[in-house]
Formats: sequence, structure tokens, C-alpha cells
Amino acid sequence: MAGFLIKRFLQAVFVIVAVTLVVSFAIRLTGDPALMLAQGAGSITEDDLARIREALGVNKPFFVQYADFFIGIFTLDFGRSFLGGTPVIDLIKSALPATLMLAFASMFVSIVVSIPLGIKAAVSRGKWADQFIRIISLVGLSFPNFWLAIMLVLLFSITFQLLPPSGMDGFASFLMPALTMGIILTATNVRLVRTSMLETMQSQYIMVARAKGLSETTVLYKHALRNCAIPLITYFGLQFGGLLGGIVVVERVFNWPGLGTLAFDAVGGRDYPVLQAVITVLSLLIVGVNLLVDIAYGLIDPRIRTE
Amino acid sequence: MTEHAPILRIEDLSVEFGASRVIENLNFSVAPGKTLAIVGESGSGKSVTSLSVMRLAEMVGATYPSGKIIFDGPDGETDLLSLPQKKMRAIRGRDVAMIFQEPMTSLNPVFTIGDQIAETLILHEGMSKADALKEGERLLDMVRLPDAKQLLKRYPHQLSGGMRQRVMIAMALACRPKVLIADEPTTALDVTIQAQILNIIRDLQAELGMAVIFITHDMGVVAEVADDVVVMWKGKKVEEGPVKDLFANPKHPYTQTLLSAVPQLGSMNGEEFPKRFPVVIMDGETPRLVGSEEIQNTAHYDAEPLLKVNNLVTRFDIKKGIFGGVTHRVHAVENVSFDIYRGETLALVGESGSGKSTIGRTIQQLQKATSGDITFNGRTFASMGKGDQQRLRQEIQYIFQDPFASLDPRKKIGFSIAEPIHTHGLMDSSKQIKIRIDQLLERVGLTSAHADRYPHEFSGGQRQRICIARALASNPKLIIADEALSALDVSIQAQIINLLMELQEEHGLAYLFISHDMAVVEKMSHRVAVLYLGQIAELGSRQQVLETPTHPYTKRLLSAVPVADPTREHHRVMLDGEIPSPVRRVGNEPALLTYQEIAPGHLVADAV
Repeated sequence: MAGFLIKRFLQAVFVIVAVTLVVSFAIRLTGDPALMLAQGAGSITEDDLARIREALGVNKPFFVQYADFFIGIFTLDFGRSFLGGTPVIDLIKSALPATLMLAFASMFVSIVVSIPLGIKAAVSRGKWADQFIRIISLVGLSFPNFWLAIMLVLLFSITFQLLPPSGMDGFASFLMPALTMGIILTATNVRLVRTSMLETMQSQYIMVARAKGLSETTVLYKHALRNCAIPLITYFGLQFGGLLGGIVVVERVFNWPGLGTLAFDAVGGRDYPVLQAVITVLSLLIVGVNLLVDIAYGLIDPRIRTE
Repeated sequence: MTEHAPILRIEDLSVEFGASRVIENLNFSVAPGKTLAIVGESGSGKSVTSLSVMRLAEMVGATYPSGKIIFDGPDGETDLLSLPQKKMRAIRGRDVAMIFQEPMTSLNPVFTIGDQIAETLILHEGMSKADALKEGERLLDMVRLPDAKQLLKRYPHQLSGGMRQRVMIAMALACRPKVLIADEPTTALDVTIQAQILNIIRDLQAELGMAVIFITHDMGVVAEVADDVVVMWKGKKVEEGPVKDLFANPKHPYTQTLLSAVPQLGSMNGEEFPKRFPVVIMDGETPRLVGSEEIQNTAHYDAEPLLKVNNLVTRFDIKKGIFGGVTHRVHAVENVSFDIYRGETLALVGESGSGKSTIGRTIQQLQKATSGDITFNGRTFASMGKGDQQRLRQEIQYIFQDPFASLDPRKKIGFSIAEPIHTHGLMDSSKQIKIRIDQLLERVGLTSAHADRYPHEFSGGQRQRICIARALASNPKLIIADEALSALDVSIQAQIINLLMELQEEHGLAYLFISHDMAVVEKMSHRVAVLYLGQIAELGSRQQVLETPTHPYTKRLLSAVPVADPTREHHRVMLDGEIPSPVRRVGNEPALLTYQEIAPGHLVADAV
């Protein structure tokens, strides 16, 4: 176990170095943050720009800047935002809970909905319930997230005026962003659960469980589900990465003050420290979730536990 | 003779999957304390019959257009087919229980043995978890599993196949069922383990007075266990009767074919050489005799051996410590030496984990030897360059157990057969290759028109013929047949045995015949090597090893083989225990065996 954890820690460090290195390098190709800040300030000389660059620290060689940033990670010091000068860590502290809430809520909703639906589709394979669930899930899969978000706003905020169209203000404002993410995730997961369940149901031990005289509910939810969960959990772990990617778009549409909005603004404003910090936090989240997935494996499957 | 009233009667049962009728107007019955064997080849409908009795067949899509399944239970006679599933669930697992073929996949991998046994007891007997576990311990004792208390906490993957099948039996018998259905319960097991399982089922049947429906394709097992036999063919019952009558005087042509094809261990006592026998095959509804009796005196013992294996050792590293150091190794092959002569069949026999397949794979260079040398045609593998080693793959060919898995499903079989010719650059013109493929297909009993078809369009026996044609394509000198006949029905198996022996005579082929089936080995090998835990226990001519077995393990193995003769006394030695594992901790080396030559060419390992 100790060996496993050490290995996973080293992997996490490698992932974060690789990701932040690429992102830090790439954003510096988009142009000069000093020009960005100087915009609208009237006449600006080359000297003024140089002074701004020095103040921001972007006149130093790239690797020196990167090293400064990387050392900062360990003290949670990500520097100050280029835009407005707020300490980056404060921005993260306020944005992270908003994003986590959205991510886990949509993940939770999708798992709670897709497992019974997927199982229902699998057991009634080829019958109308299966066809219906599969068609609905295909429709769900076909929605681009930004389009779905806009349609929800049109429907619930403009036509019916039930929910606020943007911002984070109480539970009502939370519904639409979570729904947007949740619908798309659920559509994918229903199909996954169905396929995995169909495969599990072919197993001999399912026939044995039925031969014992157990009810179908026990056979499905006790004997089949735990076996079918093993491949599903892997996928849910991988999906979390994609989910965070989707959140950037959805947060933007609903003006949700999370990491996605933060990252979006940082890219637009060439705000290097904020972007680097957001990417670091997102990588850590993905690595962390996948570590949880590995641990969950062991809990579910004794074959992995004893290895 | 006093007859009990039957406890289960099948009357005019038909079963359909969609539009295809897989069972037609089936009738039979079984009485308490009696064993009814249902025999037939793959696709004969025997498994569907058992699933129908359990009312499980409809969960995989079956319908019952006609028939009754009358069970004479505690509440009087009931037609199981008319019960709603809810009522059937109370009978299933309590009054009628079932053991399945695949012990490796029959237990749920994520629950402990204890949980899985207790489940049945909690469900049907209304026991508390603690009581159910206590009863589970007793049941595990009953099926002679050691350390029952510990076993309750173990998971299926920690148990061997034989142990898992015993757990399955314990589970099936938990509520003392009136009827036990055993669907090929020993097919996937080694013979010594099979003998143990059959003994356990027999003893418990006597103790509990159950009726047993025993489904099998193995006539040897039928002869050992059955009181009565039902023979099924293409979904119909073609014959039934008491086991002795049926074996002595089979009436239906199919039964006659089936019995004529069954290899019987001991039937060739006194014969010096292996022999080809004519085979009865079903030509539509009528049996037809093909082939003739020929003595297979093809081995060239006067010349140098074709293949010499000298002190071969093959080990695999498994289980590593935190720092990557190896802590355990599989000692698959230890210090094995033997020769194969041109035109000779050497059988490697042994049970799972004996290393017989690893030897074959090492000779075919699919696996690297840890030490020792292999000499082919006078040259050692070690002295050959890459190119020569590659050429060796032309001269040594391999036939695998599963013919379907060893043919590419997306390629026409003509392509698969031509592949060795292309790989080794044996012919250039596509016209020549085409002619060669046609010749090969015809030689193995197919036609040139088959070359344009895909593997799924063939039956199992035909696929194995295709694999043989592919192996022949590169004009090999040695063919390694790794359990190549094990997946085939007996009548097909008998035909393939004859084909292999004919090819041996025509081309002077040498075979390394890897098998666990002693009766087949007796029919076709010149010499036999018995492997036990990676080492040779006994090596000699077929007659020496099979007629005068000397090593205790050889005796044990032979005594465990079921013989297809119900009149024979069951003077079996009581077999106990498991086959030990070849996995060893690093540094804990196995003791190497030493040998005595008790007769010319008959080597027997000294007892350790």
C-alpha cells in the first residue's frame, strides 16, 4: 500500500509539471500582457510597457518564471492577478467551491439517474423500454452543452420566468447549470451502464444466483450491479476530466463564478498567474479523483485487493 | 425390483428460441435416489432441457409451446411450467437445485464463499446470517473441503476449480433438494478432481435420497454414474433405457455411432502400435462406416531423433516486491528431457499446471526457455541465428485447443491457410498457392469452395480441420497439437484422430500430442510422457506406461479416468487432495527427480 501511494504521488507530480508547463508556455504565445493592460490608457511609450513588464515579472526568462510559479505551489502562493492585483489564492478559494458543487452535483445526478435507467434498458433489451431509453439517451448525447444551456435559459428564464438566467444566488440559480451538465453526462452513462450490465448478465454466476431462487431485484442489484460497477467506475473517473472541461463552457453561459469563468477571463486577459493556478488546481482534482477510483476498485473487487 | 414413483416427469416438452425449435416432444422421468444421465453432443438440447426444468430457459429467451414438467413435491404434484415465476422461485434452489459446468465462473467474484452459501439458507430456510454461516461450514465439511471455517471468508478467486465446484455442490445441496440437476459438472476439471467430485455427488445422493439428472457428453462418466440414460440428438430423445442395456445393445443408429466413437482406455491392451479404427458417422439419418483398421507403425527409431529436448527449464516471474524484486516464480517446467523421432507421436499427459503446454510453447519459441537446450534436426536452438530460428517456425507447426479463437474471424479461411506459405516464401505465383490451398482443403476433408468462407460459417470440427490444413501448409516436420481434440464432440474427435494418423503416415510427420485425455492418448501415441508439476514422472512406450504404470502418479491418473463400460466394477482408489501449485517462493527450489530405467526405454522417477 505504501509503495502504491508513493508511486501515485510521483505520478501526480509528473502530471502537474507536464500540464502546467505546456499551459504556461502556450499562453505566453498569445501575446503581451503589458499591451493588454495598457489598452485604453491613452498614449503609451515603449518605456511604460517595459516598466509594466518588469512589474509583472514577465521580462524574466520563461524558465525562471515557471520555476517561481512552481515553487509557489508548495506554499500555496500563486502570486497576484495581473488584472486587479488580487492574490490568486483568494480568487481560487472563492471559485473552487462553486465549481466543485456544480461538478459533483451533476455527477451525482447522472449516476443516480443513469444506473436504474441503464439497468432497466439492459433487462428489457430489445423491448420498448430499452428502445425508448436508448432514443432519449441518443437525443441527450446529441445536445452540445452550450446550446442546451441557452435553450434552458430560453425556456425557464425567459418564457416561464421560473429560474434566474445567470449568477450564483441560492438554490434556484444552481438548477440550470447542474441540469445542463447532468443531462449530457446521464445520456452517456445510461448507455455505459446498459452495455456493462448486459455483459454482466451473461455471466454464469447470474444464472447461478437465479437458480438459487433469488428475486430478480436481488439478482440485479446485489449480484450484477457490484460486478458491473468495476468497469463503470473507471469510466466515471476518466469522465471527471471531461466534465471539468465542459464546466468551463457551462459556467460561462450561466455566468457562474467558478474556476471555468476564472480560467476563461484569465485567458482573455493574458492573466498568466491565474490561469496557471486554475490549471494546477484542476489537474490536482483529476489526479485526486482517479486516485479515489483506484481505491474504490479495491473495495469493490477482492481480486484487486489481494494482489 | 421395487420402483419408486418418479419425483419429476417431463411430458411432451417442446422448447423454442424465436422460431427455432430446440427441443421437440421430450418425455422422461426420474425417481428419488436414481441418476438419470442425459447425453448428447453440443447443440442436442441437453442443457436447454435442464434450464427448462429450472424455468431459467425463458430468461434467456425460450418459450414452451407444449409440455408439462410435473414435480411431485411436498404439496403434491405441480406442473412447474404452469407456475408463475414468483412461485417457481420458492421451488428453485430449495426443491430443485442445479450445478453448472464452469466452476471458474459460477461463483460471484465479489462475494465471499460464506455469503454465497448463506444466501440460499437465509432465503429458503429463513435462517439468521450467523446460523446460515454455521450451516455453511457444515456443508463445506460435507463436500470434504478442508478448513471450512476459514474458507467461508475466502473469495472465489482464491480457490482452485475443483474446490469451487465443491462449493457449488455445497450451495446446491444447502436446502436438501429433492432433485439435483448437474450440467456437465466435471467437464472443465482434471480427471483426478473429476473422480473426487463424482464420488462426492454419489455419496451425497445416497445420503439425501435425491434424484439426480446428470447432463454430460462423456460416455465414460455416464457409465460410472448413471442408472438410466436418455440419449438426445438434434433436440429429440432418440433412445432411453437402463445404462447397462443401452451400452450393451444400443438400438438407435445415433447411439451406436456415439458409442463406437468413444475411446475406451484399456481397449488396446496388448497392441504394440497405435491403431486407426473405422468410425461410424451419421450421414443424415443413417450411419455409415468410414476408414479401415490400420496399424500405425510409422516411427523411425533407427535414425537420429528429430527433436531432442535436454534438461529444459521454463520459469515465469510473478509477484514482485515494492522495489521490483521477484518474490515468487512459476516453476512451469523443470529439468525435462525427451526425444521425438520422425513419424512418431509422443504424448505429453498431465493435469492443469503440469507444464505440458509450456513445453509445447517453448519448442515453438512462443516462450523463452530459462535453461536447457532444444535440438531440432541436429542443430540446437542456441546455435541458430534469427533467420534460422524463423525458418524453424516453418518446420514446426502448432494446433491449438480452440479452433475458433485461433482463426482470424475477419479473414477468409483461404487467406489463413495461405499465410504460412506467404510468411515463409514457399511459393510465388498466386495460381500455385491457390492449387495448394485446394489440395490442402481436400486433404483434410473439405472442398476448395470452402476457401472463400469465413470461420463462423463452419462447425467446430470443420474449423479444427482448417487449422490442420493451415499447419500442413508449410510442410512441417513436427506438429505440436495442444489439446487439439479436447473441444470436439467424440464422433468428430474420432474422425480427426484418424485424419492426423493418416497425415502422419503420408508425410512422416512427428506429433507432440499434448492432452489430458488418456483414452485418446492410448489410441494415437507411440510413446507417452507423464508430467507432474513440471517434471516427467514416467516416460516410455504406450504399452509400458499404460499397461504397466509404475510411478504412483501415473497409477493415480489412470485409475481416475472414467471408463465407458457400465459393467466394470468401480474399484477406484480413493483420491484426495489438490494438485499442488507450481508457484514457489524464490529460493525454494523444487527437488529434481532422478530416474530408473526399469525396462528398455521405460523411465520412472524415483519417489521423493
